[in-house]
Amino acid sequence: MFIRRQLLLAAGAIAAAAAVVPAQAEETVKIGLIVPMTGGQASTGKQIDNAIKLYMQQKGDTVAGKKIEIILRDDAAVPDNTKRLAQELIVNEKVNIIAGFGVTPAALAAAPLATQAKVPEIVMAAGTSIITERSPYIVRTSFTLPQSSTIIGDWAVKNGIKKVATLTSDYAPGNDALASFKEHFVAGGGEIVEEVKVPLANPDFAPFLQRMKDSKPDAMFVFVPAGQGGNFMKQYAERGLDKSGITVIGPGDVMDDDLLNNMGDAALGAVTAHLYSAAHPSQTNKEFVAAYKKAFNNRPGFMAVGGYDGIHLIYEALKKTGGDASGDKLIAAMKGMKWESSRGPISIDPETRDIVQNIYIRKVEKVDGELYNVEFATFEAVKDPGKTKK
Amino acid sequence: MTSLFTILFDGVAYGMLLFVLACGLAVTLGLMNFVNLAHGAFAMAGGYICAVLVNNSGWPFLVALPLAFVASAAIGVVLERALYRHLYARSHLDQVLFSIGLVFMSVAAVDYIMGSSRVFIKLPAALEGQFDLFGVGIGRYRLMIIVICGFLTVALQLILARTRFGSRLRAAVDDPRAAIGLGINVPQVFAFTFAFGCGLAGLGGALSAEILGLDPYFPLKFMIYFLIVVTVGGSSSITGPFLASLLLGIGDVAGKYYVPKMGPFVIYTIMIVILIWRPNGLFGRTAAR
Repeated sequence: MFIRRQLLLAAGAIAAAAAVVPAQAEETVKIGLIVPMTGGQASTGKQIDNAIKLYMQQKGDTVAGKKIEIILRDDAAVPDNTKRLAQELIVNEKVNIIAGFGVTPAALAAAPLATQAKVPEIVMAAGTSIITERSPYIVRTSFTLPQSSTIIGDWAVKNGIKKVATLTSDYAPGNDALASFKEHFVAGGGEIVEEVKVPLANPDFAPFLQRMKDSKPDAMFVFVPAGQGGNFMKQYAERGLDKSGITVIGPGDVMDDDLLNNMGDAALGAVTAHLYSAAHPSQTNKEFVAAYKKAFNNRPGFMAVGGYDGIHLIYEALKKTGGDASGDKLIAAMKGMKWESSRGPISIDPETRDIVQNIYIRKVEKVDGELYNVEFATFEAVKDPGKTKK
Repeated sequence: MTSLFTILFDGVAYGMLLFVLACGLAVTLGLMNFVNLAHGAFAMAGGYICAVLVNNSGWPFLVALPLAFVASAAIGVVLERALYRHLYARSHLDQVLFSIGLVFMSVAAVDYIMGSSRVFIKLPAALEGQFDLFGVGIGRYRLMIIVICGFLTVALQLILARTRFGSRLRAAVDDPRAAIGLGINVPQVFAFTFAFGCGLAGLGGALSAEILGLDPYFPLKFMIYFLIVVTVGGSSSITGPFLASLLLGIGDVAGKYYVPKMGPFVIYTIMIVILIWRPNGLFGRTAAR
């Protein structure tokens, strides 16, 4: 008798809880934001977090009648952490969307979970081509490395650069960048005179740079992770490569706006292809840069833009579904969505769920005493070449 | 041919830098028999102090360098008196656990205060760039490192071998009990030596910001290099780690230049070969302890 009463009570409690939970779930849309907030990639996470905060300040935290709740988790760019955190967020916190992902391995680690749980995974930073192919629930608002690397390859051939030495970090994005650059540059008649892959944790670039110098190229193609760019440019200048007429070209990660200003004049003249520059001359971007600077006392980089566009995509998709946050409906709503971002016009490719955007060729110049990537040529609506070849 | 000399020069500079960074560890580990994995934290402290002085307060770089030494040494004294000295008599495992904990605390603290991105120290224009000497490219900054570190090495060797303090230190290390009996103030000698080692690390940290890059993970990233220098060099003298640093510096730079595909492994290969040949390091005392 006693036991039965307890059971009844328990059952009642469960029923009550069950009645409360969905009601709550209808009111809020939870977004699990997994980014590196500590570790070597922390600047990526901080930019994305900042951008999302800024967006929600500007647009309010409710959309289509739903309150948006961001749950921030730090994975320190370690894929094992990412997977664990994604699982916790999906199972315990019952998030509707997971987002962020500072590096490729992190984005890949969460992909099977997104598929299983039918939860959209919005990739706001990681840039290897294959990511969106790993789950039908992945949508990307950042970029892919082949997008910028093929463009700089094409540009180099057309602008009188014949011989190039390459220096890339030895990990997936570096190899992606190298392969797609090489393909386009060599196809256009260029020659690779030297190819060096630098270990990811590399303290001193000196010997590699000396090798570059001795191979006497017209330009050197460089891809190192964002944080190492400054160190690289310093040593590039120290070794006098700037004076021996070897231009730095590459995807724009090296010249991240976040770090560019600290690199010193060594960076002047570097030509890179990328999706975003804080100096992009549109009105949308001017407002974005001003608001970001005001809020965080720093210039936004392309990671911040990836985050800002990512949250915008979520807002717009929710508007389109009328607040329905189920995975399939959101993904369907996101496919083919177009908008004017601070980087220029962008859209989500309905076939691949990857981003389609303009790629700009930029040169580092001094504007009002600060270093900026000044855009001087535009390749419009570039799809990810890493996929279209198939 | 000229690039061979440039590589040699870069290798020597890199090795010298490793030496200044690691010789404090050789002293604490070899002479005081204390496993201080937090050595890199003092190097990082020196680097950040120098960076703040130069970048924010506008001090000239060459004035900030000695201050990086003094400040790191001061931090060393405080920590030695407050924490380290309680662990001298403890097992090596305790020392390892304690000092690795200190490393994580320093990483978190610096990340919190200074942010996680890399810090650069603004150099005077005179130290930037390269000049040609008979066709060999000589980096000005690296030349300065060689000069400073070479001078320090000679001074250290002289202090240890020729001065009264040096003989006291050696006595205190060989047999602390007998040394106390002879009226040598052993704790004081140790405290001073420890502080000096920390100071050197701080100086090394300030010098290395330009070449190795300075961020909050510095103590973790370079711990392995310091340990390699000490194991390869043997920890019973200054000459051992010095030669080991040069060997590793030149080996690393030359390896990365001539066989870039093997680059990162060269330094480890050298270490393995040397340790198979001489398990106590180049100049290790066999079964000293």
